[in-house]
Amino acid sequence: MAKVVERRKLNFWEELYLPAIVDGLGRTFRQMFKPEITLQYPEQRPVIADDYRGAPGLVKDEEGREKCVSCQLCEYICPPKAIVIEPGEVSEETSYDYSGIEKAPQEFYIDMLRCIYCGYCEEICPEQAIFMTGEYELNASTRQELVFDKARLYKLGGTRPGLLKKWKHKDDGLAAEEH
Amino acid sequence: MNVFDIAASLAKIIILTHTTLILAMYMPWVERKVSAWIQDRVGPNRVGYAGLLQPIADTFKFIFKEDVVPGHVNKTLFVLAPCFAVIPSLFILAVIPFGPAVQVMGQSVDLVIADLGVGILFVFAFSGLAVYGIVFAGWASNSKYPMLGGVRASAQMISYEICLGLSVVGIFMGAESLRMLDIVQQQIDGSWNIFTQPLGFLIFAIAAFAETNRLPFDLPEAETELVAGYHTEYSSIKFTMFFAGEYAAMFVFAALVTVLFLGGWDLPFMDSASFAAMGNWGALLGFAVFLVKSFMFLLLYVWVRFTLPRFRFDQLMNLGWKVLLPLALVNILITGFLNLP
Repeated sequence: MAKVVERRKLNFWEELYLPAIVDGLGRTFRQMFKPEITLQYPEQRPVIADDYRGAPGLVKDEEGREKCVSCQLCEYICPPKAIVIEPGEVSEETSYDYSGIEKAPQEFYIDMLRCIYCGYCEEICPEQAIFMTGEYELNASTRQELVFDKARLYKLGGTRPGLLKKWKHKDDGLAAEEH
Repeated sequence: MNVFDIAASLAKIIILTHTTLILAMYMPWVERKVSAWIQDRVGPNRVGYAGLLQPIADTFKFIFKEDVVPGHVNKTLFVLAPCFAVIPSLFILAVIPFGPAVQVMGQSVDLVIADLGVGILFVFAFSGLAVYGIVFAGWASNSKYPMLGGVRASAQMISYEICLGLSVVGIFMGAESLRMLDIVQQQIDGSWNIFTQPLGFLIFAIAAFAETNRLPFDLPEAETELVAGYHTEYSSIKFTMFFAGEYAAMFVFAALVTVLFLGGWDLPFMDSASFAAMGNWGALLGFAVFLVKSFMFLLLYVWVRFTLPRFRFDQLMNLGWKVLLPLALVNILITGFLNLP
């Protein structure tokens, strides 16, 4: 059954509406002298939270080694299929010791136009090699420019110290075997 | 009419139309700034200092935009409508006195382009014409939203024109003249009409909002219901004409309020003699006072726009016919009784 809402009858002053209008004008007038909350965007930047999900980037460890072993789990999980990895063997000419790791991505593409910033790649990566960065300004004049290659992804991700010490453990393991 | 009169008229026409058009150009800037302050924003601040060059940038943008004339429109009326939106407001300017008389080459020149004996009637004749621009636009566009906007505009204008006319009857009952200069003179000698005719002022102000299609009475263009109302199909310079027409009409009505209710160029502590004593500087001061008063009323337009929501159409009609019209008649009656000899 419908509920009947009793409407209070307006008194004379309320029916005039003028007091309410004057009250409203007073409110907007006071509002004029309050400080602006506008962020002058290109000059001022918003504070980006640590767990902000911006464009995904690849990271290196504190010794400058690639962490990605091209297992392609991120490529597999990526809902919009934005990630394309060309796996390959670790190149011989690197200055650092790979200590038993055999695979590294030859190329690593993320199409930022396809990426939906879901963060699944970061979540699934067993090597903690891919992270959502704070980068949110993605613009270009062609579609091709927004397909980021490996070099650009490493530039975006930078280095992250204090993560899983996979290389370290591998090194220790090898050393122990040799002894 | 000799060469001097023609030169004086031309000078007055140039000064007043340019003042109006520049104000019409800068009113959107003022409106955007004030609305920004009310909403805790900054407003235009990129083009020039504090965004002061924004109107110029906008004008150029509009000029260089593609002027789309849809295939289904009535071409003649479609082109005529924007002209009809601008011209009536500029006509009304002709009878508005904008300052005390100036002395040029030994002759006294009244600062009014056409000193008509039927000043106020002329104003109402031409403000009634303004609705044609909107109705033509609505009809010529040959599509539903402009049509609805045009129909609303005509109904609204007819209703509020009557209240507008009746609200000033009290004034010329007091001044015993329809001539604008007489009305100002009467206020300089006595007190401003806003004090002697507060009810008339209230009705005139509300009707002026409706006449210029400003919120809370902007039903002809009501973005939320009618896309953009009567100018939905317009683009580029034709759209700019509607825009300029609206702001020019706002200034004209602000000037009318100044002349009819706020004492024109009168200042409380000065009379005609003290203005005359200052010579042409007095005239300049008078013109400045007139502009400041008009600008205050323009600010009221903006302030109200960002305070009140839009009326529903039946509320609009109720207010016009059942509230303002009887009030205006009561106002005439009261004025009549108070002015009994």
